Amino acid sequence: MNHDARSVVVEELVKRFGDFTAVDHINLETRKGEIFGFLGPNGAGKSTTIRMLCGLLTPTSGRAIVAGYDVAHDPESVRQNIGYMSQRFSLYNDLRVIENLRLFAGLYDVPRSLVEERIAWALEMANLRGQEKLITGTLPGGWKQRLALGCALLHRPTIIFLDEPTSGVDPISRRQFWDLIHRMSGEGVTVFVTTHYMEEAEYCNRLAMIYRGSMVALGTPTELKHKYMKGELLLVECEPLGPAVEALGSAPDVVDAAVFGNALHLVVGNAETAIPAITEFLRKREINVTDVEKIQPSLEDVFVSLTSEHDPSRNLAVQA
Amino acid sequence: MTAAVQPALTIRGLTKSFPGIRAVDGVSCDVYPGEIFGLVGPDGAGKTTTLRMLAGVMPPDQGSATVAGSDVVHDPEAAKHDLSYMPQRFGLYEDLTVDENIRFYGDLFGVRANERRARSAQLLEAAGMSEFRKRLAGKLSGGMKQKLGLVCALIHHPKVILLDEPTTGVDPVSRRDFWRILYNLIAEGVAILTSTAYLDEAERCHRVALMHEGKLLFLDTPAKLKSGFAKGVLAILSSDARRMKEELKRVEGISSLVLTGDGVHVVIEDPVRRIPQIKAQLVSAQVPFSEMRQVVPTIEDLFVDAVTSGRSGGQG
Repeated sequence: MNHDARSVVVEELVKRFGDFTAVDHINLETRKGEIFGFLGPNGAGKSTTIRMLCGLLTPTSGRAIVAGYDVAHDPESVRQNIGYMSQRFSLYNDLRVIENLRLFAGLYDVPRSLVEERIAWALEMANLRGQEKLITGTLPGGWKQRLALGCALLHRPTIIFLDEPTSGVDPISRRQFWDLIHRMSGEGVTVFVTTHYMEEAEYCNRLAMIYRGSMVALGTPTELKHKYMKGELLLVECEPLGPAVEALGSAPDVVDAAVFGNALHLVVGNAETAIPAITEFLRKREINVTDVEKIQPSLEDVFVSLTSEHDPSRNLAVQA
Repeated sequence: MTAAVQPALTIRGLTKSFPGIRAVDGVSCDVYPGEIFGLVGPDGAGKTTTLRMLAGVMPPDQGSATVAGSDVVHDPEAAKHDLSYMPQRFGLYEDLTVDENIRFYGDLFGVRANERRARSAQLLEAAGMSEFRKRLAGKLSGGMKQKLGLVCALIHHPKVILLDEPTTGVDPVSRRDFWRILYNLIAEGVAILTSTAYLDEAERCHRVALMHEGKLLFLDTPAKLKSGFAKGVLAILSSDARRMKEELKRVEGISSLVLTGDGVHVVIEDPVRRIPQIKAQLVSAQVPFSEMRQVVPTIEDLFVDAVTSGRSGGQG
């Protein structure tokens, strides 16, 4: 039994495939009951990391301890002590709700005497009582998702890994799902979630942003917005937008300029000095400016700022 | 542009039923040249059915729609000439390269070779994909596949583009590229109707309509929708958000209470009057909080509020 309050400990974790480094010296720790988000674009190394943490893939070097077990030396014990829910929910669509639950209880070796009690708990938690006989394939997305969560928690793991859990789920179901996740975390279950959905990231207690195999930022959502955004964000309302964004690309102190709906988003070094400068810059070019104000960056802004900083050539390539 | 711009896409009373469900229920709106119009809503709201009818691949039960003046129901061939439809799973040939896929779609739409080459070079550049022209489509990442689908759908210079959840499953960096291409297109006067389940993406559209159970609930610019929201939204940071949520359940006038990673997101009536009341209550219950401020509502707040309070919506 492991009484360590840290449920996942990762030290200098590396995974190479041939000469490609998919995961490059990652370090992190999660606390018991924490909701930890792992953010990054496709191919950044999220899935590779998760697969190592779940004991499905052996690390090239470094160390990962999950639920008290070393993933390289004791992957079997790791797998018995964690739950895993993938974005495809891995349910059998042609089975009934109850049949999926029984199947997963069997797969996870839930003791026979406890199966009925655990299934009743999962149905209650997932708010699916009375729906046991329905064919899984006919359920709405949000129900399937809650069923998949119930299946992944049947054996009462202390850590659950969620891989893009709410893709394709409507906003109301998504809120209900996160309500459940917060309840689980309140009961001490550590939740490790990967996502590239920035709204989803706001639900996490702490976030790690990963890009090209390396961790580029770590902190609470609020910390990330304050600490990691290089520069400040301005909202510029002006007319016409097209020529404005083109001209601003070469304006002094403008790091990035992009159209955003009926306005522009500008990243600048210092908002206070930039606001009058930008207004003047645009007026000189006969662009009618109606408003320039500083706004709070979203996690997506932070993310894009960090990735272009780590990969400046890419930023130039898309300035078309 | 003159004041009398004709809409590129007109939709009037579009209705479609399937056994047991009215999937699309009297939808009307116009999309203008140079506009990105967002059809926003959850799965099953009727977005895809609407787009299919507009693309001429499914006949409506009632109602009509025109694309660049051509009736999609009665003259679908003429409409298709000016239209491009990118379904959720765009038909890329995975065993063909990027260039070969573009060429295939160019030929399908009767685009001349030299025109196709110029257009595809420009679009691939904007997509940040110039160096992947020889790669097999099957070997591209999800985001790149979506961008390639868009390039193929745009090769014949359509006037109206219908996109069905184009950025689902696409990472944030590719999403930005995708939107950059869309913004370049509107400069050419293209009209874009896009559906999305990402409510944050709705903020990038010029106008949005929230779709729920086959009907349009709201229709306006994101800024006007937000400023018209009668309730207030509070962001409260706390080291013990769960306890705070329990405590706030006792406060009157709160219609939504969502835990975020480092606090609580609250939708509340009459926030100015209630903020001091909430502060006092939290202090007396000894719930720690570090910051409490009123924030601009998100499109998600509006949507959830409209749907959960069963209101028929600020009619647009």
